[in-house]
Amino acid sequence: MTYKTPLAKARGLGSAKSGTTHWWMQRVTAVALIPLSFWLILFLQHLFQASYPEMQQWIASPVNFTLLLAWAFLGFYHAALGIQVVIEDYLSPEWLKIVSIWLVKLTFTGAALATLAYAIGIAVAVG
Amino acid sequence: MVEFTLPKNSVVQKGRFFAAPEGATRIKRVEVYRWDPDTDANPRIDSYDIDLDQCGAMVLDLILKIKNEIDSSLSFRRSCREGVCGSCAMNVNGKNTLACIKAIADYPGSIKIFPLPHMEVIKDLVADMTHFYAQYASIKPWIETESPLPADSERLQSIDERKQLDGLYECVLCACCSTSCPSYWWNSERYLGPAILLQAYRWLNDSRDEQTGERLDELEDPFKLYRCHTIMNCTDTCPKGLNPAKAIAEIKKMLLIRQEG
Repeated sequence: MTYKTPLAKARGLGSAKSGTTHWWMQRVTAVALIPLSFWLILFLQHLFQASYPEMQQWIASPVNFTLLLAWAFLGFYHAALGIQVVIEDYLSPEWLKIVSIWLVKLTFTGAALATLAYAIGIAVAVG
Repeated sequence: MVEFTLPKNSVVQKGRFFAAPEGATRIKRVEVYRWDPDTDANPRIDSYDIDLDQCGAMVLDLILKIKNEIDSSLSFRRSCREGVCGSCAMNVNGKNTLACIKAIADYPGSIKIFPLPHMEVIKDLVADMTHFYAQYASIKPWIETESPLPADSERLQSIDERKQLDGLYECVLCACCSTSCPSYWWNSERYLGPAILLQAYRWLNDSRDEQTGERLDELEDPFKLYRCHTIMNCTDTCPKGLNPAKAIAEIKKMLLIRQEG
C-alpha cells in the first residue's frame, strides 16, 4: 500500500543525466567494427593456414598488432555496452542489475587486458 | 520486468456466444475480451455474431451495437467517434488502433478485440491510464518561458517555426504506440514510451519555449529515453499516421549535438 501520487511514481528518482555517451559509443564502435571485421577474416585465414612462427611474425607486424588490439578492444567494449542494455531491459531487481552490469564490465575489461598481455607477449617473443 | 507467462487468474477462457438474429445475411463474428473486477472469474472471450446490414461501418459501431442491443454489461471508452479524442484505443486483431476510425471492411475474417496490451485492466476494454497520464504530466507539457509576454502581441511564430510542430501536435495521446512497444511493456515504470517522448519533442521543438536545455536534462536517462531500441512498433501502429520513432530519434540527436557538437 502506498499513498504516493501517480506523478511522484512517474517522476521516480529523476534523470540520471547520462545515457547519451553509452548510446553513441555503441553506434561508433559498431561502425568501426565493420572494417575491422574484414581484417578479422584475414586474421582467421592466417590463423588456420600459417605455422605458429609465421603467425607470430604476422601478429608482431605494427599494422596487424594495432588492428588486432583495436578489434579486440572495440569488440569487447561494444559487447559490454550491448549486454548492459539487455540486462537493463530484462532484469528488474536493482541489486541483480547492478551486480550483473558490474560483472559484465569486469569480464570484458579482463578479456581486453588478457588480449593486450598476449599480444605484447607475442611481439616481444618475435623481437 | 519481463513476464513470459500469464498469471493464473489472467488466463483467458472461452466465454459466451451470442448468435446473429434470424434472417441475417452479412454476419461478422466479433470476439471481445471480457473481465469483470466484481467477480472472481478469469477473463473470457465472448463471441457475438453481428448482422452487418444493421450496423455502422466502423469497429466502434460494432461494439456500440453490442452494448446497445446485445450485452449492456460491456465496458469501453469512447467519445468523439472521429479519431480526435483518443478514447477508444484498443487492440483489434493484434494491432492497436482507434476503433472509431478503423473500418470493419478492413478485416476479412472475424474481429478480435482486446484492451491495450500490457496495461492493467479496469474492466473489459478499459485500461488503467493513470501512470501514462502521470508520465505525460512529468514532461511538463506546456510552454515554459522567462521572457515576459510582448506588450502588443502574443508570442509569435514564423510560418516555418509553426511547421516544425506538424506531425507532433496531431497526437491525441491514445497510447496505441506506447502500449505496442516491448520496451514500454517491460520497463514502463521508468521508460516514458513513444507517446510521451513524442509529446516531449513537441515542446523541445517549439520555437517559443525557453526551457529546451532543462527539458533535455530531464530526458537524458538510460531508462526515461534510452530504452527506445528503434523497434518501430510505435510508428507502425499509430492510428493517426504519426512517427513517434522519428521524434525519439530527434531527441537523441539533440542530446548528441549538445554533447558532441
